[in-house]
Amino acid sequence: MFSSRTRSTRRGNTSQVERHSILKYPHRLNFYDRPPIDDITIEEFETCALDRLRVLAEIESSFVRNRPWDELKSIALEQCKTYLPLNASSATAQPIDAERKKDHIGHFVLRLAFCRSEELRRRFVKAEMALFRVRYDSDDAIEREEFLNSRDFDWVPVPDDEVKMYNAELIAAASSYRDPRDRTPLDTQKYYKVKWTRVPDLVEKRRVFLKAGMAYVPMREQSSIVFQEFQTNLEKALEMTAKALPRLDEDTRIVPILDNLSQGFLAGVSSEWTASSSSGNGDELTADMIDDLSKKHFPMCMRNLHECLKRDHHLKHFGRLQYGLFLKVLGLSIEEAIAFWRKSFSNIPDDKFNKEYRYNIRHSYGLEGKRANYAAKSCQQILCNDQPGSQDSHGCPYRHFSADNLQTALLSLYSSQGLTAGDLPEIMSAVKQNHFHVACTRVYEITHANYGVKKGEGVGGGESITHPNQYAAKSRELEKAKVDAIKTEMKGDVDVIMS
Amino acid sequence: MAATEEITPELMLAFYRRLYPFKSIFGWLNHEHAPTRLFTHREFAFTLAGDVYLRYNSFSNAEELKKQVCALNPTRFEIGPVYSARPRDKKTVRPAAFQPILRELVFDIDMTDYDSIRTCCSDAAICNRCWVFISVAVRVLDAAIRDQFGYKYLLWVYSGRRGIHLWISDKEAMELTDEQRRALVNWMTVIQGGSQMHKKVNVRLGTRPLPPSIQTALEPLAETFSELILADQNCFESEEGWKSLLHLVPDQKIVAELTKQWERDPDRSSEDKWDDLKAQVKTLSKGSTQRNLLMTAIEDIILQYTYPRLDAEVSKHRNHLLKAPFCIHPKTGRVCVPVNPTTIDQFNPEEVPTVGQLLRELDKVAAGAPDENTEHHSDWEKTSLKPYVELLDKHVSSLMEEVRRSKRGADLSW
Repeated sequence: MFSSRTRSTRRGNTSQVERHSILKYPHRLNFYDRPPIDDITIEEFETCALDRLRVLAEIESSFVRNRPWDELKSIALEQCKTYLPLNASSATAQPIDAERKKDHIGHFVLRLAFCRSEELRRRFVKAEMALFRVRYDSDDAIEREEFLNSRDFDWVPVPDDEVKMYNAELIAAASSYRDPRDRTPLDTQKYYKVKWTRVPDLVEKRRVFLKAGMAYVPMREQSSIVFQEFQTNLEKALEMTAKALPRLDEDTRIVPILDNLSQGFLAGVSSEWTASSSSGNGDELTADMIDDLSKKHFPMCMRNLHECLKRDHHLKHFGRLQYGLFLKVLGLSIEEAIAFWRKSFSNIPDDKFNKEYRYNIRHSYGLEGKRANYAAKSCQQILCNDQPGSQDSHGCPYRHFSADNLQTALLSLYSSQGLTAGDLPEIMSAVKQNHFHVACTRVYEITHANYGVKKGEGVGGGESITHPNQYAAKSRELEKAKVDAIKTEMKGDVDVIMS
Repeated sequence: MAATEEITPELMLAFYRRLYPFKSIFGWLNHEHAPTRLFTHREFAFTLAGDVYLRYNSFSNAEELKKQVCALNPTRFEIGPVYSARPRDKKTVRPAAFQPILRELVFDIDMTDYDSIRTCCSDAAICNRCWVFISVAVRVLDAAIRDQFGYKYLLWVYSGRRGIHLWISDKEAMELTDEQRRALVNWMTVIQGGSQMHKKVNVRLGTRPLPPSIQTALEPLAETFSELILADQNCFESEEGWKSLLHLVPDQKIVAELTKQWERDPDRSSEDKWDDLKAQVKTLSKGSTQRNLLMTAIEDIILQYTYPRLDAEVSKHRNHLLKAPFCIHPKTGRVCVPVNPTTIDQFNPEEVPTVGQLLRELDKVAAGAPDENTEHHSDWEKTSLKPYVELLDKHVSSLMEEVRRSKRGADLSW
């Protein structure tokens, strides 16, 4: 309360002082430390939660579609405006307190709904984090400062003599990544000292100076501490809620609502590509069809793995995992998969194969160990997780090949399908800007031009490649459609002759 | 390189019975004298003959562990995390109540990651010359972790053949989450990119200065570079060698020039070739963008050839298992002994005792002076294993001292 009053007096607006002092929620941002304690109707309980869920679901789908942060931000703000408006304290004409109360209640209801499993908790935290970031970024600078002052973040300002002592390192750490257009002088920067474990994201990107376990965080990166704090708090709170949930049996009306909410989140956006068509169409995949299929339908990451496998008669662990799961979802049965790998690993004696590889193949089909049904890796997972080591051949060629190797590989793998050296500059420029999926989509368009796929069309309706199995499935669909078309045409001819 | 004698189950059993320092290992994992959760909730995994793998074993104390090890006589065993319940009860508790909570922060450096640059050996082979790669990596990593992260209780352990492990037992390091581990590993990782990527060092934008942590490491590495890469390993002598060097030079004119020169004179040594490259860079005018670009490329090349190459997956997850110190490497018969990082330069992997050698030493002692004292567990004192066990014991006692101090501190605060 104190801080908001000083600000208002600074503005010299006495009517606002009164208004502010009666606000129950003085800040637009909320760390959700305290649960709401008012009485609310069951309808309110549900609508607050549903409206918030709409926003969160949109955020999550943006993640899945790999939208850049700016786009995600504008989409989230748009959604918020409709379902969950939250205005700055200066917007006196708006029902600020009511908005903030709705935000507060919605958050806590969803906590109840999403604390139940590890998976739900993880997704909820991720979406809530993004929402908090969007709001934090769009908050009025002065109001944000007030919000930060209202809470103890336990950061220690670095004393001047220490800044002087490590001046060279601090400047080097800051200048190694900053925007070249940023001309603010570096040596007048203020720093905060926190345990490095509180800012793992900054450490990961080497954006801070580290000494004896303390990270020297520049003022500009302060937000990173705030977000990390928000995440840690929420994770802890969710776990506590999960433990307390079994004792929540006071009201039988609440549990069905909560069930409904968590269902909605699950069904809303599917992040996994599931091949529904490939199993139903009757033609079973066999081990010896793979080589042929790979030449016609596989995206580059899989073709590369296939070629490596043919050349070396072996793939390292992550390569087997990436390729094996892809083949599984493509429709290769477990028996055929074992036959395929057995034949491919031709230098490996039978007993070694049975001992070291058979288990792993069966494991990936959910027949061993914890019997999980593993999904094939999406582009995002291939791009971001399990970076290839110096001897590995998995990963995304568009990202993990050097430019000249990529060009050579593109020509040797796809020239038979119509890719020419003239197409390379366009593909390479997408790669250079780190738009790896754009490059992959473009290659798809070029190599499927004879099926009538045009530039910008992607795998249909402008959709880009987000999953290797999507690439392969769409490619096979195109071929099937063409074959069917020829068949009907021929049948038509036969009919004509018959009559 | 390997001891040619066969490692029989009898040999292994005698080693476990008489030599393996169970007490020291217990102290190292437990941090205190009386058994705590750090030991009782700890996973042990045994590899038996015929590749049988037994996971989720746990024990109440050192004697129980020793009894089981002697009963199963594994070819080796591994140490996992501390779980929220006893690993042996895994099947009876809810999955949610069985989570890894604490774990030493571990690192694994393996010679195979250096196969693309070392010229003396390949695959499983290791010699004194390629060990220099490892000792450089140890020096850099040891200094960085102590200085930047402030950890104090680092135990380096020779893996028995061609690599080295690091176990960090500081309380904060034990408590790191997987996410924090990943962040730390990425902070330390400089060499990235698969076999198809020539340039594996991408730690800065354009010609900006290096991040300070890497800059600090660069100076000693530059020295290593001329001694190890240019002189000893002579990495750029072969055509393949110098071609991969030229792949890292971002100036097509210089590359063409040098290719011509080196093709004419195939016997030019690596040192000469490196001087040729530097001379070419000096022809560019000072302060020009092109010269700056090449200067940063030269720094990046030094890093690519000398900076520690980590097996990152090992460090990122709390539930990763890692071979216990003092196990026997099944191929070489050598003991996985602790190594002092300050004298790593003098460490010779070929001088590490093998299991056969140790037992022969023991036989000699027994034959010389028949001992009425039948206490088996301190038999290591009579063999060349002694200095290594003492190294671990010293590490353990300082670790225990620290834990005692912090406990007393906590008590006083009441």
